[in-house]
Amino acid sequence: MEPLLAVRDLRTQFFTLNGVIRAVDGVSFELAPGETLGLVGESGCGKSVTALSIMRILPEPAGRITGGSIHFRGQDLAVLPERKMEKIRGNKIAMVYQEPMTALNPAFTVGDQIGEVFRFHLEMGKREAIQKAAELLQQVGIPSPASRVKDYPHQLSGGMRQRVVIAMAIACNPEILIADEPVTALDVTIQAQILDLILNLRSRLGMSLILISHDLGVVANMVKRVIVMYAGRIVESAGVEEIFRSPLHPYTRGLFQSIPRIGRRVETLPEIPGSVPNLLNLPKGCKFVNRCGEGMDRCSKEEPDLFPAGKGRFSRCWNQEK
Amino acid sequence: MKTYVIKRLLQMIPVLLLIAVIVFFLLRLIPGDPAAIYVGANAEPGVVESIRREMGLDQPIYIQFFIWLSRVMQGDFGTSIVYNTDVVSIILQRLPVTLILGFLSMMLALLLAVPAGILAAANQNSYKDYLFTLLAVLGISIPGFWLALMLVIFFSVKLGWFPATGFVSPFEDFLRGMQYLVLPCVSQALLACAIIARMTRSTMLEVLRQEFITTARGKGLPRIWVVGKHALKNAFAPTLTVIGFQLGNILGGAVITETIFSLPGIGQLIFNAIGQRDYPIIQGCILLVSFGFVLINLIVDLLYSYFDPRIVYEG
Amino acid sequence: MLFKRLIRNKLAVLGALLLLFLITVALLAPWVATHNPLKINIKERLQPPSQAHFFGTDGYGRDLFSRVVYGAAIALRVGFLSIVVAMSAGIILGLISGYYRGWIDAIIMRIMDAILSFPIILLAIGIMAVLGAGFANLMIALGLVYTPRFARLVRSSVLSIREKEYIEAARVTGCSDFTILFVHILPNCWAPVIIQATISFGYAILWEAALSFLGLGAPPPSPSWGSLLADGKEVLTRAPWMTYFPGLAIAMAVLALNLFGDGLRDVLDPRIKE
Repeated sequence: MEPLLAVRDLRTQFFTLNGVIRAVDGVSFELAPGETLGLVGESGCGKSVTALSIMRILPEPAGRITGGSIHFRGQDLAVLPERKMEKIRGNKIAMVYQEPMTALNPAFTVGDQIGEVFRFHLEMGKREAIQKAAELLQQVGIPSPASRVKDYPHQLSGGMRQRVVIAMAIACNPEILIADEPVTALDVTIQAQILDLILNLRSRLGMSLILISHDLGVVANMVKRVIVMYAGRIVESAGVEEIFRSPLHPYTRGLFQSIPRIGRRVETLPEIPGSVPNLLNLPKGCKFVNRCGEGMDRCSKEEPDLFPAGKGRFSRCWNQEK
Repeated sequence: MKTYVIKRLLQMIPVLLLIAVIVFFLLRLIPGDPAAIYVGANAEPGVVESIRREMGLDQPIYIQFFIWLSRVMQGDFGTSIVYNTDVVSIILQRLPVTLILGFLSMMLALLLAVPAGILAAANQNSYKDYLFTLLAVLGISIPGFWLALMLVIFFSVKLGWFPATGFVSPFEDFLRGMQYLVLPCVSQALLACAIIARMTRSTMLEVLRQEFITTARGKGLPRIWVVGKHALKNAFAPTLTVIGFQLGNILGGAVITETIFSLPGIGQLIFNAIGQRDYPIIQGCILLVSFGFVLINLIVDLLYSYFDPRIVYEG
Repeated sequence: MLFKRLIRNKLAVLGALLLLFLITVALLAPWVATHNPLKINIKERLQPPSQAHFFGTDGYGRDLFSRVVYGAAIALRVGFLSIVVAMSAGIILGLISGYYRGWIDAIIMRIMDAILSFPIILLAIGIMAVLGAGFANLMIALGLVYTPRFARLVRSSVLSIREKEYIEAARVTGCSDFTILFVHILPNCWAPVIIQATISFGYAILWEAALSFLGLGAPPPSPSWGSLLADGKEVLTRAPWMTYFPGLAIAMAVLALNLFGDGLRDVLDPRIKE
């Protein structure tokens, strides 16, 4: 079956005064219709940039897709002209962002901002669009939607603002919803509500979901498959249960070890020693080698490929090449 | 929103009072007999005496102030020494000229500055941006009154396109009126244009960096919409303050422009009055002008809350 | 290190060079000028630029080039002193306002706001009308007009610095308020003050010229650039060179200070990262 989204060898770079940052360096994955995928990794590993690349909303002119392809419905989004991309953004592929406090424009009402999506993609008139916006607010669980529609963002709490952002994203029934750290900036009590909301909407509308997070716990209940990224590359890819049961890549294992667990007494929380390499000056060979406990000689000289490790599993490690 | 308006209106009152006090004391700062100064050197002896009684100069100072203030509130600003007519009618006669000049200059400035600033911000660091910066810096460095003189030399004397002095009201004869206003407006608008353009550019740059711009792009909105609607409304609020201030400067600069182009406005009136020591006029003009600026500031503040709804709630 | 970044900004370098050029001309005026700027020579009045008189002569036969050169000295001196006045008053008011807060802060800031909301030219004219013409009064007037900008800058710096721990430490060890203000707080405010001073210096030169042009500044026959333009206005058609050169000089001086000030701001103000 034809995948809905096929990312092949995507490369995205940032051109700064200090040099070129290879934020995404050869990322490939596929997304089937209705599939849920988790993108996991520390800050700076390139997961958000991957999402921005798919949506083609990289900060210009510094950021650019420099290689690879992003196939969606027979078109390569990486080279699609901007006019055509605008028709897809917010319409077929939509995104939810990390910071609800700053994601909305303070100068316009919530209804106006949601309504814009209807006005542009479905050619609705202004009044009808605001009405539809009110309906959407109800769908995402905001009480008294009819009056809330006229409110400005600063009159809403963080959790409610995020619901508005979600409403804007699902307004046109997108085929793919990308959620970039959707609950990181919210209170723990609200986090569960928002995640539930996303799950419900996903199953009701039948969207594919790409969930980006540094928090493995968030990802656990939400997706079927997980991709782990490090320094702009995918280092492991597996089904969610498999990866939680037996993580293969040393980095993934390190991530799991550093999660504090209730009931487990430890003196100090184990952490992965060392730090992420400088993206301006990446070392040769495996990018994780300076923090890996199982490194061989070969690791600092050659970068490993993604080696298969069972059905639908991959790991970027020389130890996996068997 | 209504409470905000009322609150700001009430805040205006102590400022206006302060201005009145200052203007009142201005006359008394000058060495000499205030009554004699007020009436001028050529008045008959009896007039000085009667003025002295009217001003209540033998009374305590606060009573003098109240006498003066109540006169002012009734619209009696005194009689001009030079023109021998009451100050109010002189001012009213000349006010339209200055207002027309100021309004047209500001319109010209905005029409150039805002689009230029937006364009420069949207194309940051391109050659268009550098050209913009160069022109803007030149704009704030070239003295407006020198530009006025140069324009007269080239367009009036050498080319004969526009008249150098004089005024015809555009309301009476639009084309001829505008002919007299072109050169004055261009020279008046220069400084304000450059400053507003730079301000627009820098606020736009800041706004374009904000998260909600990414959100707007992510909705698939076309670039013009993102910049023109989402960015602009947010950029306008701080720019508005600068625009208000520059409007003040333009109206203030009218003194110089009207003198150069012989336009019969308030600017020329004040200037001549200072030279002629026509204190009733000086007093009246300063009062009028100060009130005008308090009003401009108030309007700017109220408009600000339209562009940035957060302000109303933060008081 | 800052110096290196400053050099990178070509416009700023241009501004600095122009400024140095002007300062040199002003300081060396007696040697650069070809004639005595005040010497009247009716026989040679209203001559266009020539080898003998680079910029031509004015209505009294005075050499315009020399007058412009001496005008540079006036412009720089008056502008500089005006800003010194404004800085001194502004810094003191800002320090007091920001450090002591309370009602004195409210009063000072109210007055500063009142001054700021007034168009500069009207304020200056108003003050000059009361004080009378002349350079000293002009410097006081311009100083007063620009004081609020410095006061506000210093005040906001003080507000953020006073919360820092080393201020608390200084207070606890018994330093007098005076010491704290001038030894500990003030040195940390210098960056925005220097930037504002440079830019305001440019504007002060502009306003001095404007006021002298109106006859409220330089006493004749002082060759302030503004007065030269006023002279030029009288014979606009017959002797346009009298208008070209003083105006160019003003524009150059203000341009130099604006470019240099912008460059300083780019280097010293960490917020502007483009």
